[in-house]
Amino acid sequence: MVDTLWVATLVAMVAGAVGFFTVLRGSTFVAHALPQTAFAGAAGAALLGADPLLGIGTFAVASALGVGWLSRRGRSDVATALVLVLMLGLGGLFLALSAQYSSQVYSLLFGEVLGVSTTQLGPTAGLTAGSLVALALLGRPLLLEAVLGAAADPRGRHRRWLEGAFLVLVAVATTMSVPVVGALLMFSLMVGPPAAARHLTDRPWRALLLSMGLALATVWASVAAAYLSNWPVGFYVGVLGAGVYGTGRLWAARRRRRRGAHLAG
Amino acid sequence: MPPVPARGAQVLSVEGVHVWLSGREVLHDVGFEVRAGEFTGLIGPNGAGKTTLLRVILGLEPPAQGRVIVGGGPGATSEGAGPGRTAERVGYVPQKVVVDPDLPLRARDLVSLGLDGHRLGIPLRNRGRRQKVDAMLEAVDAGRLADARIGTLSGGELQRVLIAHALVSDPALLLLDEPLANLDLRSEHEVVALLARLTGERGVAVLLSAHDMNPLLPVMDRIVYLAAGRAASGGTDEVVREEVLSELYGHQVDVLHVRDRILVVAGPHGPREADQAAGLPEPPGRTRSRGV
Ligand SMILES: Nc1ncnc2c1ncn2[C@@H]1O[C@H](COP(=O)(O)OP(=O)(O)OP(=O)(O)O)[C@@H](O)[C@H]1O
Ligand SMILES: [Mg+2]
Repeated sequence: MVDTLWVATLVAMVAGAVGFFTVLRGSTFVAHALPQTAFAGAAGAALLGADPLLGIGTFAVASALGVGWLSRRGRSDVATALVLVLMLGLGGLFLALSAQYSSQVYSLLFGEVLGVSTTQLGPTAGLTAGSLVALALLGRPLLLEAVLGAAADPRGRHRRWLEGAFLVLVAVATTMSVPVVGALLMFSLMVGPPAAARHLTDRPWRALLLSMGLALATVWASVAAAYLSNWPVGFYVGVLGAGVYGTGRLWAARRRRRRGAHLAG
Repeated sequence: MPPVPARGAQVLSVEGVHVWLSGREVLHDVGFEVRAGEFTGLIGPNGAGKTTLLRVILGLEPPAQGRVIVGGGPGATSEGAGPGRTAERVGYVPQKVVVDPDLPLRARDLVSLGLDGHRLGIPLRNRGRRQKVDAMLEAVDAGRLADARIGTLSGGELQRVLIAHALVSDPALLLLDEPLANLDLRSEHEVVALLARLTGERGVAVLLSAHDMNPLLPVMDRIVYLAAGRAASGGTDEVVREEVLSELYGHQVDVLHVRDRILVVAGPHGPREADQAAGLPEPPGRTRSRGV
């Protein structure tokens, strides 16, 4: 249980931080697609009897690079959709070939708190440190690009590798998180907290920290609830993620109204 | 703060630039100079090649022939884009910026990103930086907008903040691509007056593209008129004349002075089809309220 909480904590920090930039850049579709392609990797690994984490990581990074390469000119949503359906097709095939592993597959789709083993703590900690350092380095250029798009770097020299590095970060966050919260609901951890944080403060770096904090709170509460009730973690993450977002919006709307009333009065 | 070039010093020189895109010559033998402290208007109808020319100056589009020299150092040449320092010497305000209203970013954050947004690492709090950002926002008359979310700014307000973002790193040259396109008359007037003031105060050279020269007439030191990929440059009186523009367009055009406005319209012998292709407005009567 303690290890599980540690893994969940690390996962939440990375998902909250990477998710923040995903939401700012408007590329939440990628955050939805990559975990699902990773699911195909897990199914493939199960078929071969390999470590599911390895399968997830390989497929997530390969899909990220594929999306980056396909969208180097033109729309990334089309490229993302292409990679997504290709990988889902593969995942379906792997599943059909290895029907006996369905319970493991189920936990990969919806997450399983007790499925986290002690052996995952080391690699997860390493990936967390790596992603957070990478985000600290790339934070400013990513933020600038989220505002100005192509014009942020009119010479266009850094744009390609910035996009590539960002997609790989999403893939890493995916690899860490899918075993805990599941492929289908990973999305809610990467989108709910950052989307709520946007409404709670006007300051970018404060919003980033807030997003990580909200993701942490969501995950801790979900793991605790799942442990007590034996319902899947993914269910709680999904519900709480949406709840956090809804609360954030309501709070922002109230604040705006109050400010409006103040100005009028 | 890097030394501000002396007024009149050459900041940008474009020499004999030819650009081909998809097998079509988009710019033909374009040459002109931009000097410190001067306001240069890059005027031309839609499709004339204004954006392409700005991309060449930024080093995004290598010219097939000719060269661009920015701030005295080499910029883009036919051998390829110039060295990376070009970006630091050129501020750029893009043609169209759409801001997500939910973006957690204040005007002061955007200006601050103009100082060091390209750098890696975590920004450190620093009083000098903050003062610089505040002073820049004051300089563009946006001091009171410092703490506003950029998604809530009006078009004219956003334009000011983008100008502050582009200018805060003290570039010698400021490029603006159609900054007046979405502004109402009052904001248009304010932004033009602001830019004219900044050229005087900061010695920055402004190169601004627009399809209508009229809002710029009071402040323009020099005009670069582009039509169908060819350019004529000089003082407004030298360039905006029937002989010069007819030559550029390749057919007869009339230059009409209506009070203090100038309208460029297709002359009686201008081939109608070509007018449309060159983006010339229709003759008076059916023309919109503005000239080219
Ligand atoms: N990548 C490209 N490939 C082929 N032709 C291009 C390309 N980019 C621009 N052009 C053509 O070059 C010409 C000049 O385009 P440009 O965008 O520079 O015009 P502009 O003066 O900025 O027009 P506008 O006022 O509409 O912004 C146009 O005819 C355009 O169709
Ligand atoms: Mg243009």
